[in-house]
Amino acid sequence: MSLWEYANPKKFMQVSAGVLPWMAGLTGLCLGVGLIWGFFFTPDDFRQGSTVKIIFLHVPSAMMAINAWVMMLVASLIWLVRRHHVSALAARAAAPVGLTFTAIALVTGALWGQPMWGTWWAWDPRLTAFLILALFYLGYIALWQAVEDPDTAADLTAVMCMVGSVFALLSRYAVKFWNQGLHQDSTILKVGEKDPIAPVFYVPLVVCIFGFVLLFVALVLMRTRTEIRARRLSALLARERLA
Amino acid sequence: MMPDLGRYAVAVLSSYGASLAMLVALVALTWWRGARVKRQLAEVEARQARATKGEP
Repeated sequence: MSLWEYANPKKFMQVSAGVLPWMAGLTGLCLGVGLIWGFFFTPDDFRQGSTVKIIFLHVPSAMMAINAWVMMLVASLIWLVRRHHVSALAARAAAPVGLTFTAIALVTGALWGQPMWGTWWAWDPRLTAFLILALFYLGYIALWQAVEDPDTAADLTAVMCMVGSVFALLSRYAVKFWNQGLHQDSTILKVGEKDPIAPVFYVPLVVCIFGFVLLFVALVLMRTRTEIRARRLSALLARERLA
Repeated sequence: MMPDLGRYAVAVLSSYGASLAMLVALVALTWWRGARVKRQLAEVEARQARATKGEP
């Protein structure tokens, strides 16, 4: 059995219909447990007070905002190389989900930054790269809407996705490239090193991250199914008009 | 049951409120558009099936 079987829309619809209910249930469980645990059952941080509870939304959403763009890049490359329509539609389906995660990360970051840094926003390399990524999401969605021919739209958005990947990578690694600005480097992969995140915050954070990953996959599956149906609908309507 | 958020209550509650509102809106829009497209496709497929059979 080959992975490319799932590029067949019929096969994709069959498999995703079976997977989606489980995915939705697991998403609700993970997000519910993670966010309730994080909000109600974690203590205040000795330095950040209760604002540490924002970590359970900010970190998973920021992580998934970048990962969603990487997924779109992979799907776009598959479209460009192998011309599988499902991959182009999956990239299109992921963009509004990624944009929402980006917006959540920006809003929660500002709300967290104001009491901790004394400012809602700073033109720090990581924050700026992230804002540009948000603009790329908007541009990507607009480009899909603007181009009438779906294959041309898929080609153009795939190229845009490749360009935007620079900012997706920069928003993750800007802190390492330029050791300046307000935003700290990631701490969640530094368990075992000096001054890592405490387990009392780390465990619910990991549950929330799983929840956001599952939510992303579930929403992309749902939206890709809708895009496949919408493509078939427009083909049938076009056939009716010609008849 | 509600944790004491102290002087950062507004920041924390706003973060959770805004994030959950955006997530709920995204899920609702995804669901709504999915149901609408599915219904429209079913209608067009049924109409074309009837036309193929020569029914009115």
